[in-house]
Amino acid sequence: MTVAQRSAGEITMGPRRERYLLDRERLLGPALMAPAVVYLILVVGYPLVLAFLYAFSDVTTGSQSLHFVGFQTFVAAVKDPVFLTTLRNTFVFTAISQALVVILSTVLAFVLTANFHGRWFVRFLVLLPWTTPVALSAVIWLWMLDSIFSPFDWFAQLLGIVPPGGHIVFLGQSDLAMGSVIALQTWRILPLATVILMAGLSAIPAEVSDAAEVDGAGFWRRLFGITLPLLSPVMTVALLFGIVFTFTDMAAVFVLTGGGPGNATQVLASWAFYKGISGGNLAVGAADALIMFPVLLGLAVILLRIASRAEVS
Amino acid sequence: MAVVETKSLRKEFGHTMAVDGIDLQTDEGEYLVLLGPSGCGKTTLLRLIAGLEHPSHGDVLIGGQVVTHLPPRARQIAMVFQSYALYPHKTVFANIAFPLAATGMPRDQRPEKVRWAASRLGIDGLLDRRPRQLSGGERQRVALARALVREPQVFLLDEPLSNLDAKLRSSARDELKEFQQRVGITTIYVTHDQVEAMGLGDRIAVLNEGKIQQIGTPDEIYHHPANTFVATFVGSPPMNMLTRDGKLLGFRPEQFLPASAVGERPGQMVFDFAVTRVENLGSDRYVYGHLPGVDPEAKVIAKLPSTVTTPVYVGDRVPFVVSGGDLRYFNQQTGTLTAAGEAEVKP
Repeated sequence: MTVAQRSAGEITMGPRRERYLLDRERLLGPALMAPAVVYLILVVGYPLVLAFLYAFSDVTTGSQSLHFVGFQTFVAAVKDPVFLTTLRNTFVFTAISQALVVILSTVLAFVLTANFHGRWFVRFLVLLPWTTPVALSAVIWLWMLDSIFSPFDWFAQLLGIVPPGGHIVFLGQSDLAMGSVIALQTWRILPLATVILMAGLSAIPAEVSDAAEVDGAGFWRRLFGITLPLLSPVMTVALLFGIVFTFTDMAAVFVLTGGGPGNATQVLASWAFYKGISGGNLAVGAADALIMFPVLLGLAVILLRIASRAEVS
Repeated sequence: MAVVETKSLRKEFGHTMAVDGIDLQTDEGEYLVLLGPSGCGKTTLLRLIAGLEHPSHGDVLIGGQVVTHLPPRARQIAMVFQSYALYPHKTVFANIAFPLAATGMPRDQRPEKVRWAASRLGIDGLLDRRPRQLSGGERQRVALARALVREPQVFLLDEPLSNLDAKLRSSARDELKEFQQRVGITTIYVTHDQVEAMGLGDRIAVLNEGKIQQIGTPDEIYHHPANTFVATFVGSPPMNMLTRDGKLLGFRPEQFLPASAVGERPGQMVFDFAVTRVENLGSDRYVYGHLPGVDPEAKVIAKLPSTVTTPVYVGDRVPFVVSGGDLRYFNQQTGTLTAAGEAEVKP
């Protein structure tokens, strides 16, 4: 049939338009975003707003009434004699554990991207801490650091560091307790950092390393002149993630020492918990927690900048 | 400048034989092209010469010395990679200076040398840029300058033109050839592009399945292919192949011309060409068909230059001729080139 022969009455309708509703980006986009947005509002946005409300009030677990008292709670929180110890501990805890994570994860990433027999098994072992439930790893670490049954004692006795039958009280001495908490945190963060760095390493084109080899560079020059500089953006991301996770984390402290001995291993996150939840002073607890906020905000800005720069290049 | 030699070089990856017993020797200052389809082992062979792979068997010699067990940096070679492999975090200057630093040249002597290499490739103005700010052609020159700066004994080039667009590629090919002639350094060049191979190479080594099929000048490779692989791999369209009296008979499409255009000459072989398709490409006409009287199975292509104006239409049967000197005979079992006389002998 030619166009001229077709009359107006013969025009047929296309398939029902509802079938193509999701082809419209203006509908599909919001529909796919909605679950994430709802989740964020409920578990991040709402508690954050609540924390700000509490921090400027005199609320306690005993009384639900809110009276706004301005910066009084912050003053009270900072004046607490334990606060400065807590602040210092938080920075020491974060700095040392993340420095260890950066060094160890880099070495591990190199080892795990190399070709050797049984590589998958070693990878599995390294990633294990990440997949182990916190409750299970807590039991393991408490046993390993036990004052009587610790396997480290056995090695220490063997090496003559302690006399035969002697023990190391890991969690009862300030420095050793801090060391233990840092070790646990390093062990927890290491797998994630390693995986991120492995991805970064495999993203470096093989031809670039080959070129460096042909250009006459030995191992160390290739490592420090080519590989590490190319890895550094990814390393920064891994480090920032680690800092965020560690700065705000209380699990290691809570599980191993409960902040003790005394308050020698107390960090801001655990202190806010003990003060606000265990101690019932919600307002001061919230204020303690919010003191971390500027630091985290700064880290978030840096992370987002790196992310947007990665998008452009 | 040095001679590169491989002696029964072999490389296995698991059960696959990537390079299968290759004996090769360059001349001093020669431009040798390794040509072959993808997966033929040409890049592996180049990486073996560079020292980036270790052979399963055999030896590599550079300048008469066995370097099989030396690392790449001890071989005095320079390599240009397909992706150019520039260091993205370094400026062009630092990229070119890297091999100098790696060989321990004092810091104050490097700038002069870098400028020398950069000026030979006309990239003096780009020294402060970073690789991502350069075009494909500029990156290629930086890679060449980085290779040149150390004044190596041997240049190894792995498909350095394949990332350039078609127009840039032909001018880069000119520059590359001119550059190599100027510096006169022995060069081994890997490509799958026969036009590059024919245009650049002093000699071409055609590889297939890890073995060298033929080494020769572009003229030898094209006009006297050692076997049916070389005959059909080199040339576009490839050499026509017919079965006749238990032999393979080959001739180039451009040597297959209408009888009326050539005229009668002694020693000519005349075929009755049944035309099935005609493509006019402007400079040439490709005429597709078969030869019912000789080998009706084989597809035959004639490439008529635009100067041949004989009308040819689909469905026609046209007498076409090949002059006797342009016919090549191959053994049907082994595919190797045989002399005309030998091929004439009936089994």
